[in-house]
Amino acid sequence: MKVKVISRSTDEFTRERSQDLQRVFRNFDPSLRSQEKAVEYVRALNAAKLDKIFARPFIGAMDGHRDSIKCMAKNPNYLKAIFSGSDDGDIRLWDMASRRTVCQFPGHQGAVQGLTVSTDGSILVSCGSDCTVRLWNVSDANLADSDNLSDNSAKPQAVYVWKNAFRAVDHQWDGDLFATAGAQVDIWNHNRSQPVNTFDWGSDTTISIRFNPGEPNILATSANDRSITLYDLRMSSPARKVIMRTKTNSIAWNPMEPMNFTAANEDCNCYSYDARKLEEAKCVHKDHVSAVMDIDFSPTGREFVTGSYDRTVRIFQYNGGHSREIYHTKRMQRVFCVKYSCDASYVISGSDDTNLRLWKAKASEQLGVVLPRERKKHEYLEAVKNRYKHLPEVKRIVRHRHLPKPVYKAANLRRTMIEAERRKEQRRKAHSAPGSIVTEPVRKRRIIKEVE
Amino acid sequence: MAAFWNSFDSEISGCDCLGDSHLRQAPGDSIASVPYISVTMAAKKENSDDEVDEKVKKYLRGEAANLEGVKDKKLKGQLAVREDLYGKSAKTAAKIEKWLLPSEGGYLEAEGIEKTWRIKQESIAREVDILSSRNQYDIVLPELGPYTLDFTSNGRYMAAAGRKGHLAIVDMKTLNLIKEIQVRETVRDVAYLHNELFFAAAQKKYPYIYNREGTELHCLKEHGPVLRLQFLKNHFLLASINKFGQLRYQDVTMGEMIGNFRTGLGRTDVMQVNPFNGVVALGHSSGTVTMWKPTSSVPLVKMLCHPGPVSSLAFHPNGHLMATSGRENKIKIWDLRKFEVIQTLPCHAKTLNFSQKGLLAAGTGSFIQILADFSGSQNYSSYMTHSMAKGYQVGKVLFRPYEDILGIGHSMGWSSILIPGSGEPNFDSWVANPFETSKQRREKEVHSLLDKLPPETIMLDPTKVGTVRVPQKKEKPTKKDVEAEMEAAIETAKDTEFKKKTKGRNKPSKRAKKRREMIDKAKRPFLEQQTQEHETSRKKQKTNPETEMPKSLQRFVRQKAT
Repeated sequence: MKVKVISRSTDEFTRERSQDLQRVFRNFDPSLRSQEKAVEYVRALNAAKLDKIFARPFIGAMDGHRDSIKCMAKNPNYLKAIFSGSDDGDIRLWDMASRRTVCQFPGHQGAVQGLTVSTDGSILVSCGSDCTVRLWNVSDANLADSDNLSDNSAKPQAVYVWKNAFRAVDHQWDGDLFATAGAQVDIWNHNRSQPVNTFDWGSDTTISIRFNPGEPNILATSANDRSITLYDLRMSSPARKVIMRTKTNSIAWNPMEPMNFTAANEDCNCYSYDARKLEEAKCVHKDHVSAVMDIDFSPTGREFVTGSYDRTVRIFQYNGGHSREIYHTKRMQRVFCVKYSCDASYVISGSDDTNLRLWKAKASEQLGVVLPRERKKHEYLEAVKNRYKHLPEVKRIVRHRHLPKPVYKAANLRRTMIEAERRKEQRRKAHSAPGSIVTEPVRKRRIIKEVE
Repeated sequence: MAAFWNSFDSEISGCDCLGDSHLRQAPGDSIASVPYISVTMAAKKENSDDEVDEKVKKYLRGEAANLEGVKDKKLKGQLAVREDLYGKSAKTAAKIEKWLLPSEGGYLEAEGIEKTWRIKQESIAREVDILSSRNQYDIVLPELGPYTLDFTSNGRYMAAAGRKGHLAIVDMKTLNLIKEIQVRETVRDVAYLHNELFFAAAQKKYPYIYNREGTELHCLKEHGPVLRLQFLKNHFLLASINKFGQLRYQDVTMGEMIGNFRTGLGRTDVMQVNPFNGVVALGHSSGTVTMWKPTSSVPLVKMLCHPGPVSSLAFHPNGHLMATSGRENKIKIWDLRKFEVIQTLPCHAKTLNFSQKGLLAAGTGSFIQILADFSGSQNYSSYMTHSMAKGYQVGKVLFRPYEDILGIGHSMGWSSILIPGSGEPNFDSWVANPFETSKQRREKEVHSLLDKLPPETIMLDPTKVGTVRVPQKKEKPTKKDVEAEMEAAIETAKDTEFKKKTKGRNKPSKRAKKRREMIDKAKRPFLEQQTQEHETSRKKQKTNPETEMPKSLQRFVRQKAT
């Protein structure tokens, strides 16, 4: 007879000294655990509720400007700093950690319309409605002195005057050219006081301009004639143009997928395009109730933030049709510019009420040093919440956001209008010969034509 | 000698590939078996692949999703990545099970013409180490009546209750009596709550909840004279069935009575909880077994199991098997997925219990039989037997979790015997830890309270949580629902509070009139609906006589103006 009985010796299963860790034994057999799905569901519900409890996205406001803030720029070499330019010509450099002005750059006579920093972080280029482009030296030595007086001002390195007012400026990612947008698109070099090259296609002013992060010679612009144009610097003529039904206020390229860009449009939507195939938008992002003024991608390329004329800032997934998050405050008025910080944790919005506001990108994120166990727990809660987020109870909690009353009402109104349109379209289709009425997908509907 | 081999076992427990059984033989046989090892190595390897597949299947928890029908490419891609991840994690879990688990299960193998059911406990005690043989004992307490037992979920503590009022808590690892109290009235059942600090005793008039120190914490008057108590661990619900056949569920965290149902089938003292899905099963004197959940006053399932009264009931931990026994000396093994009998065994059983590894203990009189399914094919046959001294009447058999021990509560006290292969050898510290410290116990309590399941999650198939419910055509609410709605509306109307008027306008007659008006207002939409339905049904009925009559007589059918 062969016998063996389970016998556990206490020494093997308990710790030897009191300063040792307690021993943990795992057995992953599912038969030891009952009702796993229900337990996961309860955890998902609790995780969603905890998320809402800890959701405090607003960190602080940076006060100092005396007029509405029109443009912002990030310095890719220095994480804590942000430049902002306002309507009275005031350019400031802010330290986001202390939310204070480090340095001011006075000089512009009129509104500052565009700000950009060169990729090596040494030159700040600003352009304004006083027909000037100013270059400022903002290398690290300058920025490191934060003990200076709060209204430390700097002198520009160069001032270039040109023929007409400028609307936007952007610096090449991998070179030393920058482009300005105004009556036409001008390409400048740091050292030349006149543009090296000029592009002109169409008769309307260009209002925004962006260089492609992957291809240093490609840039996208949007103009008042409701078009988005792609230019290639190596060719002397513009490459491609797509005309939409409404004007695009701003464009941002996806830093992780440089062939895709997203355009913030006047008709409250953002349209993501593949630059190689402009006949159809890749995705339409709908949630704002008024014109979208600015857009910026996160460095991960997975999310982007938009600021709109309806006083809200929204964060979208790069492939999602609706926003994941909305930020609003009673004191924040029309949002004209937004930026996603270079470490993908913060969102900065500049608005009409002369304040720059700093928000968390993930509203319930724990800032500061997170211990590995805490991080694992957060990741687990996130994962379990995502697994059950389609169930009604969890969905209700995860989706719930407080909207300011005007936004809520405007959204309802838009919804009824769109519903009515859709119903009418359906009825027309149902009562006409099959195939005679063709519905165009939304991605195509807003494009009038593509021009080579 | 046995001790030496046991320690050797634990060292080489990881090396499966050399063939377990041969290295665990008694020393005299080892030389003769050397050539045997190499022959079986090849065979073992083939078997091991199948074993690994089996284990991977277990960890996959069901079939992979069928991605053929998904048209959305993005979704399809995401789901494919997920399925891949599941496959990988199941494989890793299978490998961990094969190589990294610290203990091996127990077994009993007979040699030659010996049969396992003839092996007595004394012979087992001789072969096994001292610590294990200490777990075989008989505690004789003849004056205090038949004993029932309950173990905590980690198998460390036992609560024993004698019918005449003796309650005792024993630490099973050190065999220490922690506390004993005499309540001096009939105690019919005892059940541990979520840990060893709290237990409930079903006493003569009401159940009481006691502390580990023996302090009475609560007297649960609403339950009445309870015959059986069961605790649902995941939901923190104490279920009780009393003398009048009323089933009650009480939440022990907040003290709320969740459900109170009249079973309508009379007095019964056969009650078990299915650990897989949390349903409570009652066996009745008509031979039916009913299964209940706290949110419905009608049983989920009513099955006729035996021609006479059901004498006992037991659930297999995987939730698919149920063993029932009736007075006609048969044990039936049921498959709960199809509600069919898999096997009928000719065996007396006044009490039944399944172990963690699926062994079934059946006890009658002073005889206990252990049945096991050897090939995993759910074909139970006799494994071991144990007969106690003549005067001992077995009241309850209960396997101790995570140990190869069977606890027997009988009329003269309680006993404990060794049943090799009945317990799960490897415990998970986060589920149940027999070596728990008080800090770990407190943490576990908090975590289990955070994970407490709401009573609505109890259902026959617990994997249905989170699945998509196929949209059905809009059903008309049944009559019962409509009536229930009407009742609910009337109740709310009755509960409305009226503004107290002053200056002589607050006469009781006027208040009563106003109340009646509110109730009528609440009733009105339902009555209108009813009359509408009546009219439509009458209209439908009217057309029938015309068609029933032969054609020549149809002009004589009275036609009312519609």
